[in-house]
Amino acid sequence: MITETATTGASLAGAPVRRGPQPALRGRPLGARRQRRLLAWVFVAPLLVVNLLVVTGPGLASVYYSFTDWNGLGTPHFVGLSNYGEMLGSDAVGSALVHNVLWTLFFLVVPMTMGLVGAFLLSRLRRRQTFFRVLYFVPYVLATVVSAAVWRQLLDPDGGVGAALSTLGLPFLEGLGEVNFLGNPSLALGSVAFVNTWQWWGFLLVIFLASMQSVDPALYEAVRLDGAGPVREFWHITLPMIRPTLVFLGLMTIIWSFLVFDYVYVLTQGGPAGSTDVLSTVLYREAFQNQRHGYASAIAMLLSVISALTVLGYLALRRRLRWDV
Amino acid sequence: MSTLDQPTRARRHPQPVTWVILGVLALYAVGPLLVLAGNSLKSAREIDSNPLGFPQAWSWSNFAEAWERAHMGGALLNSAVIATATALGVAVIATTAAYAMTRLELPGGGAWILWLLVSSSLPIQLFLVPLVSWWSTLGLYNQPIGLIIIYWAVYSPFATLLVRAFLVGLPREYEEAARLDGAGELGVFARIVLPMIRPAVLTAALVAGLQSYNEFMLAVTFIQDRDLQPVALSLYSFQQGFTTDWSLVSAAGLIMALPVVVLFLTMQRRFIDGYVSRGIAV
Repeated sequence: MITETATTGASLAGAPVRRGPQPALRGRPLGARRQRRLLAWVFVAPLLVVNLLVVTGPGLASVYYSFTDWNGLGTPHFVGLSNYGEMLGSDAVGSALVHNVLWTLFFLVVPMTMGLVGAFLLSRLRRRQTFFRVLYFVPYVLATVVSAAVWRQLLDPDGGVGAALSTLGLPFLEGLGEVNFLGNPSLALGSVAFVNTWQWWGFLLVIFLASMQSVDPALYEAVRLDGAGPVREFWHITLPMIRPTLVFLGLMTIIWSFLVFDYVYVLTQGGPAGSTDVLSTVLYREAFQNQRHGYASAIAMLLSVISALTVLGYLALRRRLRWDV
Repeated sequence: MSTLDQPTRARRHPQPVTWVILGVLALYAVGPLLVLAGNSLKSAREIDSNPLGFPQAWSWSNFAEAWERAHMGGALLNSAVIATATALGVAVIATTAAYAMTRLELPGGGAWILWLLVSSSLPIQLFLVPLVSWWSTLGLYNQPIGLIIIYWAVYSPFATLLVRAFLVGLPREYEEAARLDGAGELGVFARIVLPMIRPAVLTAALVAGLQSYNEFMLAVTFIQDRDLQPVALSLYSFQQGFTTDWSLVSAAGLIMALPVVVLFLTMQRRFIDGYVSRGIAV
């Protein structure tokens, strides 16, 4: 099909004027322009319609509902800022926010480091790069519910990795057999983050790798002539050169960390005793279990404001430091 | 020169520690999946005594039992319908919209791109709550088509940006030539441009299809009937049961993961390119 197009195009380009009669050709631009404008709206209509119906419309409705006592069914009554007042004074929202912040810090450090180090080592291989890249990326294409099924077994206090390690006979590992990673309030949040990391870090690695592959090899040659080892190459060449990608993924990590829902909901539902509750699970519970749609909309506003502020902060930082990202 | 060349070349050979770290990371990525595969073949009794090791007696009947008890057949069919409809719909929406933005006289220019960027980064939680009642009113709640329309809306902004980036880099000579030959606008789009942008459209469709197959939050919110559930939900309810049989959960998990892993391994370059552009393009 492509070759057919190519040959038609070539023969046409050779003799464009010979065909259509002159007056028709002169008359066409205006008609064609109008036709193109009409077609443009027809072509963009599907995107516009589904977006207004699903994203923009309900999104704006959320802004309104956040000022009401709506329960999802009856008529919403305007209640001013009382949802926001309640939200700011709520212990559940406060501790969820703390969990989101901890989650963000964890994801800015652990998966980022794994992705960076893995990508750097991989970028120095000349063979087997694709092989490793595919292996590391496999968890990312799996569904949350699949990786939850995997890790609930591995973290099981009776039959999981902890139990297996405790039978090795090493004294410092013996206690692991009784650890209930997902059921212990002080460990649950870290365990959920750990499971999410398993699925997530390969995505970071693949993007870092693509970014590192576009770095000019001559830069590495230059520092090698100065006698630099891999560690200095990483700090002085790789990190500065991939900074745009690093900053962008850091930004996305922050946004996604405040929106995290799936892993918490599937693995712990926010429990035990609210120890893994994040803003999204609190929102979900208020909306669909307690039928407090107005209050849940206020939490949605908080989430959106956090996302928006993160993006604005990024843009301001970019402008101030004059990054040409 | 040769004295300078030698140490350089020597360093380009990865050191053993590189292989060790890469190997440990590979084990970390794939090991848990091997445990899943192993456990799917163990009997319920064996899994208690040997939870992580190699299966002794391979009980293939786990797959039949999991298939039956987790309602995998119907759920996989539902998921296939949802993923296919999502992929096709997103491909159509994104391709036509990107074409309008780059090739047709669409007023607005850069505002469209800003709008796409904003709506692709808006949290789903922002519109989730009102959407449930809108969908109930419209009769789309608890309907596969209702979920599919949501996926179209959620996945099309990114897909549009992806196809748009491809179109921007495409020379216009063939289109101009076809127009001079008297081809109509639809003909130019369908016969000239579409064949050329097929790789980008396919990538966008694959990524959207995969995301809809794996998606959880919207599915669990909008689908209630067990008969309509996609496989993500049936696997979820199967592992929530309070006497969890891990060998059956493993078998069900493997059944859900297998189509995706096979598809990914056969088209890994296209998938990874699609995701890389997701990480960089925006």
